Amino acid sequence: MIEFSLWDILRNLLLALRWTAALSLVAFIGGGLTGALLLYARLAGGRVTDRLIGLYVQLFQGTPLLMQLFLAYFGIALFGIDVSAWTAAALALTLYTSAFLTEIWRGCVASVPKGQWEASSSLALSFVEQMRYVILPQATRVAIAPTVGFLVQVIKGTALASVIGFVELTKAGTMISNTTFKPFTVFGFVALLYFALCFPVSLTARYLERKTYGPRH
Amino acid sequence: MVPAIDNAPGSRLVVEITALRKSFGEVEVLKGIDLNVHQGEVIAIIGKSGSGKSTLLRCINGLETFDDGALRVDGKQLLHESPTAMRELRQHVGMIFQSFNLFPHLSVGRNVMLAPTLVKKRSKTEAAERARTLLERVGLADKFDAMPDQLSGGQQQRVAIARSLAMDPAVLLCDEITSALDPELVGEVLRVVELLAQEGMTLLMVTHEMNFARKVSDRVIFMHQGRVHEMGPPEELFGSPRTPELKQFLSSLHD
Repeated sequence: MIEFSLWDILRNLLLALRWTAALSLVAFIGGGLTGALLLYARLAGGRVTDRLIGLYVQLFQGTPLLMQLFLAYFGIALFGIDVSAWTAAALALTLYTSAFLTEIWRGCVASVPKGQWEASSSLALSFVEQMRYVILPQATRVAIAPTVGFLVQVIKGTALASVIGFVELTKAGTMISNTTFKPFTVFGFVALLYFALCFPVSLTARYLERKTYGPRH
Repeated sequence: MVPAIDNAPGSRLVVEITALRKSFGEVEVLKGIDLNVHQGEVIAIIGKSGSGKSTLLRCINGLETFDDGALRVDGKQLLHESPTAMRELRQHVGMIFQSFNLFPHLSVGRNVMLAPTLVKKRSKTEAAERARTLLERVGLADKFDAMPDQLSGGQQQRVAIARSLAMDPAVLLCDEITSALDPELVGEVLRVVELLAQEGMTLLMVTHEMNFARKVSDRVIFMHQGRVHEMGPPEELFGSPRTPELKQFLSSLHD
């Protein structure tokens, strides 16, 4: 039997960590862009658009991410399209992230007082100008902290992609522990690596929150 | 039209309201309003809360839609469905709010400059120069770079006035603009409004400051239950009110 040193274990986990980071990044950027588009559609569109997007949000918030991953992986295959575990995971996490971010951001836009809309309307600003120069700058201040905070959820959520066979940190941990028979050591490292990824993000969120809500001068 | 009640200084009509009706759900808040405002005229709208006076004001720049009747500003018909028409109309109508509504993330100067640079496509330098002139006019020349939350309520409201004036409106709507102010700050805002009135600005103001309404306005409108209940020169309305409702309203103010 081949002996695995601690460094062997850690090295392989670090290699897998890249995929966790990549999946998180893709989900966050893709989800952010989709979420922003949905937000725009929701604000600019009529009641029907608002309802439809509301339903979309409810669907993704009301079902486990694990089910969404299964459905993306096996569901798309039903249509005869061959999807890799990576594609399915990236797709499911992107949609999941977009649903949460669009809802978070909608709340932030709604937190801008109605008077700001009325004042900018009275000054003959168009909808796009109102959003760009009056509403979004104020909503963004409020949005930064919860958005960064949600990134932590996404990073941890990528662990579920292991069940459809995508080799990221958790999957790599399972594989290594199966060969080395040292599950506690391996998953200890896995946990530490997740922490190393998430903790700085949480710290940033907390720092930004203080900066946003604290006194400005 | 009814020329008898249009005792106006100018002759050009700035606001023409005909048979305006507006309901919030089941409740009809405006029950057919007819009102003509001439250029340079100063009109005070008084009445109990819920009489529809703020709603009437908000209809004039399209913040509220109306259900029936017609409204023209500077000869242009108000059309809710057309964003272009609304944008055009709103360039002729300035509005000042009870809660100031300055943009808190922009400096005082940029609050005033924003709309002229975006809507009227003025250059930054031109808009900044104009903003400085206007801020000087409202007595805040030194606050160009200040942020709104560094100013008192009275100062914020004067910035809001300057911000409206920067769009060169044909008429200025003032919606209870001193109601959110501490008593000692009311005077400084009213002095600015009085100055505007003297300079010939067309003003429509909903106000609870009866002394101010009496002193500055050319015409006072008493609204009651969604109708123009009484209308006339301030001496007449305050001095010899004809209807029991107005008498009651005026006496309730002295309690």
